[in-house]
Amino acid sequence: MAAIKVYGSTFTTATRRVLATLYEKELEFEFIPVDMRAGEHKKEPFLSMNPFGLVPAFEDGDLKLFESRAISKYIAYKYADKGTQLTGGDCKKTPVISLWMEVEAHQFDPAASNLTWELAIKPLIGMETDSAAVEENEARLAKVLDVYESRLAQSKYMASDCFSLADLHHLPTIHYLIGTQSKKLFDSRPHVSAWVADITARPSWSKVLATQNKQ
Amino acid sequence: MATPVKVYGPPMSTAVSRVLACLLEKNVDFQLISVSMSKGEHKKPEFLKIQPFGQVPAFEDDGFSLFESRAICRYICEKYADKGNKGLYGTNPLAKASIDQWLEAEGQSFNPPSSALVFQLAFAPRMKIKQDQVVIKQNEEKLSKVLDIYDKRLGETQFLAGDEFSLADLSHLPNTQYIVSATDRGKLFTSRTNVGRWWNEISKRESWNKVVDMQNKSA
Repeated sequence: MAAIKVYGSTFTTATRRVLATLYEKELEFEFIPVDMRAGEHKKEPFLSMNPFGLVPAFEDGDLKLFESRAISKYIAYKYADKGTQLTGGDCKKTPVISLWMEVEAHQFDPAASNLTWELAIKPLIGMETDSAAVEENEARLAKVLDVYESRLAQSKYMASDCFSLADLHHLPTIHYLIGTQSKKLFDSRPHVSAWVADITARPSWSKVLATQNKQ
Repeated sequence: MATPVKVYGPPMSTAVSRVLACLLEKNVDFQLISVSMSKGEHKKPEFLKIQPFGQVPAFEDDGFSLFESRAICRYICEKYADKGNKGLYGTNPLAKASIDQWLEAEGQSFNPPSSALVFQLAFAPRMKIKQDQVVIKQNEEKLSKVLDIYDKRLGETQFLAGDEFSLADLSHLPNTQYIVSATDRGKLFTSRTNVGRWWNEISKRESWNKVVDMQNKSA
């Protein structure tokens, strides 16, 4: 029985963020699906693992954690010597990785998550897309991607020339968005476009997409 | 003697005050450089070089520049680990993981509704911007749900990440200060037993009192 356990839903961006990290680090883990349709995440025993009622929740032996970005950081540091170096490695730049992780969380994710909801999720569950919300959030995301375009003209990845958590954290939401009309925002910016192509081609990402909610 | 680090931005800004609180907890000398937001200084090319999103704060330590207040705080704690409050970002990986967890909770769950309320209730009136009652109601409801979770947690531990004051608690100081002292919604915090107790404790810290002083002097 693996010491590492992930409780979540493989369709959610946050669960995928943690899975991507585990695959990059080549770690053994057990995935335990949480039935969100049945509201399992809003009841005990899940609430004892994440009082906010959000997926994923995580265990490594006795350690219990929630918040995907805290979980990924924990994994990256604890298992620094395994798999891909996600916290700087030869490129170092740890504070810069930290900076772009915050940018992903506070600048990119709010607009990108709203668009994912409107354009990728709502159609799947028979809800109507709010075109005003799409317009507003595409405008917000465009401004963020302008900054990204300048940044990625200076280095191959967000923090340096090495792939890091700062890039990985973007994968789940980018994956959804490039399957929608918002793809144009990425395609029209050459450095951003090249970066998207690079990070989505990583073998770990293919493994995440192949991981299904299984009982 | 080391050059003091530089913080760019007004102490009134919640994000700037987050960094100031951290510097004061760590006893790290700093120079506060004013950025006139009313004159649009934060949107000018010279400022955009150090903060491309045109927001405050920006930060410099001996030629190395950084932005995003929580990234700056983590940097300060790592670089000056032996100064001031040594346990602020944890002294072992397990403590650090718990602090990171609650820092993310602050950033993802607490910050959006509390920031909306700070803007609507504390800043909009002074900027002569019309308040949006729908936004206020929605965010009050969201924040209430978050504070119910906090109240349960703070019945189990002294502070959010454990039994020591940490960066996770510190990160909550700026928005809560405004809501409690500059709006009539302070009871969101003070009427919840454990949250009220926690707010009392963290807001009495010397480092925070100095920040509030700086805010009052610059008003």
